[in-house]
Amino acid sequence: MAQQNSEIKYLTPIAVDVKKKKYCRFKKSGIKFIDFKDADFLLKFVNEQGKILPRRITGTSTKYQKKVAQAIKRARHLSLMPYVADLLK
Amino acid sequence: MLNQYETVFILTPVLSDEQMKEAVKKYQDFLIGKGAEIVHEESWGMRKLAYPIQKKSTGFYHLIEFRSEGNLISDLEITFKRDERVLRFLTVKLDKHAVAYNDKKRAKNNAEVVKEVAQ
Repeated sequence: MAQQNSEIKYLTPIAVDVKKKKYCRFKKSGIKFIDFKDADFLLKFVNEQGKILPRRITGTSTKYQKKVAQAIKRARHLSLMPYVADLLK
Repeated sequence: MLNQYETVFILTPVLSDEQMKEAVKKYQDFLIGKGAEIVHEESWGMRKLAYPIQKKSTGFYHLIEFRSEGNLISDLEITFKRDERVLRFLTVKLDKHAVAYNDKKRAKNNAEVVKEVAQ
C-alpha cells in the first residue's frame, strides 16, 4: 500500500514555469545606435501610458537602456511620442 | 574639429508652401553662410503632433544633417528661438555609430529608388 501511494501520477503533466532567460536585444542583434526619429520602434519600450519600461521587464542591458531612454526623451521633445497618454497600445 | 550634427525643426502649419520653402531656405543659407557642409536633408512634410504645441496639432518637420565646427550651433539655436515660425527644434551631435546608421539608411533608400527606377 505504502509503495503504491509514494508516486503520484498525473494524467496531464503539471505546468512548471520554465523561466525564459531575458536578453538584451541590442547586444544580441548588434544594434549600436538607437534612432530617436523611429517612434514606432521606441514604442516597444514604453507602456500604455507612454512611460519608459524598466530594464527588469525589457531585459535591455544598462548601456542600451540609457540610450533608449535618451532617444525616447528626444522623441517626446519633438512631439513624435507623447509625454503622457492613455491607451497608447 | 569638424563634427557631424543633425537638426530637426518643426514649422507652424499656418504657413503657405512658399513661406515654408523660404523658412527652410533661410536655415540652409544660414548654415552654408557659416561654413557648414550640408550632408543630407529630409522633409517629412506635414505630420500630426503627439501633443499640441502652441495650440497647433500639426507641424511641418524638416531635418538637416550637416558637418561643421561646434561654435555655430549656439548661433543656430538662437536664430531658431527668435523665429516665431519654429515651434520646436532639436540639434544633436552624431557619434560614429549614428553616422554609420544614417549612411546605411541612406544607402538602403537609394538602392530602393534605383530598383524602382529600374522596374
